[in-house]
Amino acid sequence: MPFIPHTETDVRSMLDAIGVEDIDGLFDEIAGGLRAGELEGVPEGMPEMAVNRLMERRAAQEGRPLCFLGAGAYPHHIPQAIWQLTTRGEFYSAYTPYQAEASQGTLQVTYEFQSMMAELTGMEVSNASLYDGGSALAEAILMAVRGNRKAKSKRVIVPRAVHPHYRDATRTIVRNQGIELVEADFDRSTGTTPLEQLDAALGDEAVAAVVIPQPNFFGRLEDVDALTDRAHECGAQVIAVANPTALALLSPPGQWGAKGVDIVVGEGQPLGIPLSAGGPYVGFLCTRKNLARQMPGRVVGRTVDAEGNTGYVMTLRAREQDIRRSKATSNICTNQGLMVTAATLYMSIMGPEGFERVARHCHANARALRDELCAIDGVSAAFDGPFFHEFVLRIDGRPVTDVLGDLAGEDILGGLALEPYYDDLGDAMLVCATELHGEDERRAFAEALARAVA
Amino acid sequence: MSEVPSDLKYTRAHEWLRLEDDSVVTIGITDHAQAQLGDLVFVEVPETGSSLGAGDAAAVVESVKAASDVYAPVAGEVVGANEQLDESPELVNNDPFGEGWIYKLRVENPAALDELMSAADYEAFAESEED
Amino acid sequence: MTELIFDHSHPGRSNGAQMLPPAPEPDDLPEALRRSERPRWPEVSELQAVRHYTRLSQLNFSIDTHVYPLGSCTMKHNPRACNALAMLPGFLERHPLAPPEAGQGYLACMYDLQNILAEVTGMRGVSLAPAAGAQGEFAGVSMIRAYHDARGDTERSEILVPDAAHGTNPASASMCGYKARELPTDEEGDVDLDALRDAVGPQTAGIMLTNPSTVGVFERNIEEMATIVHEAGGLLYYDGANLNAILGKVRPGDMGFDVIHLNLHKTFSTPHGGGGPGAGPVGVRENLLPYLPTPMVAEEDGRYVWRTEADCPDTIGRMTAFAGNAGVLLRAYVYIRMLGRRGMERVAEYATLNANYLMTRLREAGFEVAFPKRRASHEFIVTLKREHDQYGISAMDFAKRMLDYGFHAPTMYFPLLVPECLLIEPTETEAKEDLDRLVEVFTTIREEAENNPELLRTAPHTLPLRRLDEVRAARDLHLRWSPEDSEPATGTEG
Repeated sequence: MPFIPHTETDVRSMLDAIGVEDIDGLFDEIAGGLRAGELEGVPEGMPEMAVNRLMERRAAQEGRPLCFLGAGAYPHHIPQAIWQLTTRGEFYSAYTPYQAEASQGTLQVTYEFQSMMAELTGMEVSNASLYDGGSALAEAILMAVRGNRKAKSKRVIVPRAVHPHYRDATRTIVRNQGIELVEADFDRSTGTTPLEQLDAALGDEAVAAVVIPQPNFFGRLEDVDALTDRAHECGAQVIAVANPTALALLSPPGQWGAKGVDIVVGEGQPLGIPLSAGGPYVGFLCTRKNLARQMPGRVVGRTVDAEGNTGYVMTLRAREQDIRRSKATSNICTNQGLMVTAATLYMSIMGPEGFERVARHCHANARALRDELCAIDGVSAAFDGPFFHEFVLRIDGRPVTDVLGDLAGEDILGGLALEPYYDDLGDAMLVCATELHGEDERRAFAEALARAVA
Repeated sequence: MSEVPSDLKYTRAHEWLRLEDDSVVTIGITDHAQAQLGDLVFVEVPETGSSLGAGDAAAVVESVKAASDVYAPVAGEVVGANEQLDESPELVNNDPFGEGWIYKLRVENPAALDELMSAADYEAFAESEED
Repeated sequence: MTELIFDHSHPGRSNGAQMLPPAPEPDDLPEALRRSERPRWPEVSELQAVRHYTRLSQLNFSIDTHVYPLGSCTMKHNPRACNALAMLPGFLERHPLAPPEAGQGYLACMYDLQNILAEVTGMRGVSLAPAAGAQGEFAGVSMIRAYHDARGDTERSEILVPDAAHGTNPASASMCGYKARELPTDEEGDVDLDALRDAVGPQTAGIMLTNPSTVGVFERNIEEMATIVHEAGGLLYYDGANLNAILGKVRPGDMGFDVIHLNLHKTFSTPHGGGGPGAGPVGVRENLLPYLPTPMVAEEDGRYVWRTEADCPDTIGRMTAFAGNAGVLLRAYVYIRMLGRRGMERVAEYATLNANYLMTRLREAGFEVAFPKRRASHEFIVTLKREHDQYGISAMDFAKRMLDYGFHAPTMYFPLLVPECLLIEPTETEAKEDLDRLVEVFTTIREEAENNPELLRTAPHTLPLRRLDEVRAARDLHLRWSPEDSEPATGTEG
């Protein structure tokens, strides 16, 4: 019996103690008509050895293509130490640290995570993480609407240059709370959100919050200072959506404009979390100290024990669903504890300098790659201006999906076709390079792309 | 038994009211209520100038294990809030009827106050709830 | 007391093995957008980091190290094969936006998993998209709303929840724009049927139920409840938190539920990870199929493909940026393939056996259980009200003392309607001798409560830290390290 330790003797003596004839007797309160028959759609069990073979075969079907896809999930080098430590049983198989005295490991790791994320984003505080970047944006919007009582508005400006999947997840999550999401368009030549488009979206009505991506979905850098100041002038809170790796080089949202933003969210996957088909990842949310009580999700604070020793506990608990129930700041219950552990280890092991070098290599490789690819006939850059580690290419002559299909045939994931997301970018694809994409990888891509567009 | 000053009015939600003049009342939570909640860690006071209907949630009191709304017992306009509670929520625990007051309300219809409980009634009510 | 990683930091120390060669100045980035100072992250060696986090891990109780009878959380063994196989390079390196033709292996697993979960719950379709139980609940209630809205039935405004429900139930209802209305629990732990009849009406959008319920008993009137709610035009939502108790034995679909969520980190043994990641797949009957969250996996001409918004115009949409917590889903899939059909039934059988055995033994030892006339499901409630009144100790004191004996504490003060309660869930993977040991510890602690209650009130005594001051943490918020916290004069270097 997999994972069940009982011997026949155990079972007999346990049933005798309870006073039932057999195990089925324990289900005697359940009406007979409710009992399930044979579950024919569930396969027979297999020993671990057979499951190993099955899964190894299926994993092998995935191959190991050369990946230039980004769009919110980025291939990076992950130091070996990270997952060896993260999957230690004491981290892996522990529950939420409600019993603080028996959970100081998880609690302290989380406190360190909060500290490092606050440092990276230039904000005062961080929560203990959310599911992912997309749902974190939705939670930030709910938080801003809650917190911006003065504006008494439920309008939120979300630029089209924010990741389309983040916008989808946000729509799903805020839909039934009377929140109006207003798009701000991007400029067709620069791929960024100009002030005029923000103004057009703002209009004359009150606005609760403005979302500013950096870099934006197209990899382009937004004029974050001007956008932040304009939003603040209108009484809106500012929510930054930032890529953590880019923040090694770029001004932290806490310093944007005259006052800095109010909330920063983003996807922490680049911090030591594998691509893993889209999850589990780790959303982060940082804010000002005076908004800490409005934060959704868990947060860890420092305190002392009965003898005055420093220790850590989950705090601001009364905002959460198990206490506040229908009036909680969010229904969120879990954070992404194990991913927090991995991200904390990544930040510690890389250190500020190692991390900055990763970001510089991402940027330098992306610049080089764009130049190399744009040297190919029929391939051109869609937008002018600086970018971090992603850029948009236009392909002349052949449909983008065909080109990407050819590349996939050569075991290269060449990027993301933008047509499903943006009608007016039908001939465009989003390409990413990270520190993994040195000269050899880039050359392989450029040669394959040249063949594909020819 | 906890303290129940005789000069105040009380509600079934364990709030007290002190009539300051013809139409303004000061509102807080009773000694009994603060003891039930335990050490308060946060009090969210209403915004001065906001108007409340009878039964509207006006303030929130939070301990580490519970969070409760403080309701407006009668309709009116908020004319003051105890900003000290922002820094020192423990005032509600230490001095619930004094420095731990929560907000002041200009009552729309002072006659509505007559419906509230006297100290004796409240004492009996709180005791019956204990059982 | 353990230092923070920041306390080990020395300016200029770096981890050479991870240091890429110098890269050119990013001189194309406008100065105004550039960062002027690096984040003040720790500057430590790899060994310092490894040692620090290894030591931190050792401060945790975990399933791998301790019996963890935490009610409603299903802290069962997390098989290592699930982790190792979900972390095969092919899966780990799969990009979420990789086209289906780039690799069918992962999609094949997800397709199987959708079907198996539908089968064991008696549902017609399953989406794996929600990232956690709470997100599954949200998705489920959103689908209920979408269903009513699509029929032009827009006056429904209330979701019914038992007073003992998990806090996520009312919180999820609120997030979907519904008012949560509570139903009382009767003396034997069932939902009060008369109260339900009074509560339903044209305003009822649905009811959210956990069955077996959060008080650790099977809701006996479930079929009648389903009829009452359905006749009022409402839908039934099944919170899968306690599915472990009936896995393979009773299917929510057969009980009359229209929509469910599952907690894979409970029933299907994916790790809790110190608070996530979870996974909260949702399943629905035929009538709600169009609303399932995206993306999902479908089979077309022998190939697996994604179904997205483009294929499902009525979907409630995406829950996260990509396809949920894929790695968690893979772990659950491996677990399911090892258990198989019969193994799933055994989960329910032995979880129930362990809970009833432990309940019996604790009653024999003189502890009071909340619903003595009932069978335990996979968990049960002990109330320490008598011990509280007699010895002046609380359930919290009792729980903290258990830590001293090397047992993780049960869930305390949930459900709220039972005073001084401990919700105890041993799970099927604990051996009889460990349950016997737990009974001994309970007995010992009660003796201590009688003879030396202070020992409980000041517990724990044997852990690295004594009881932590939660009031101070909340009043005087310190949510992050700052450099003044690591004064070099007082810092110690290992």
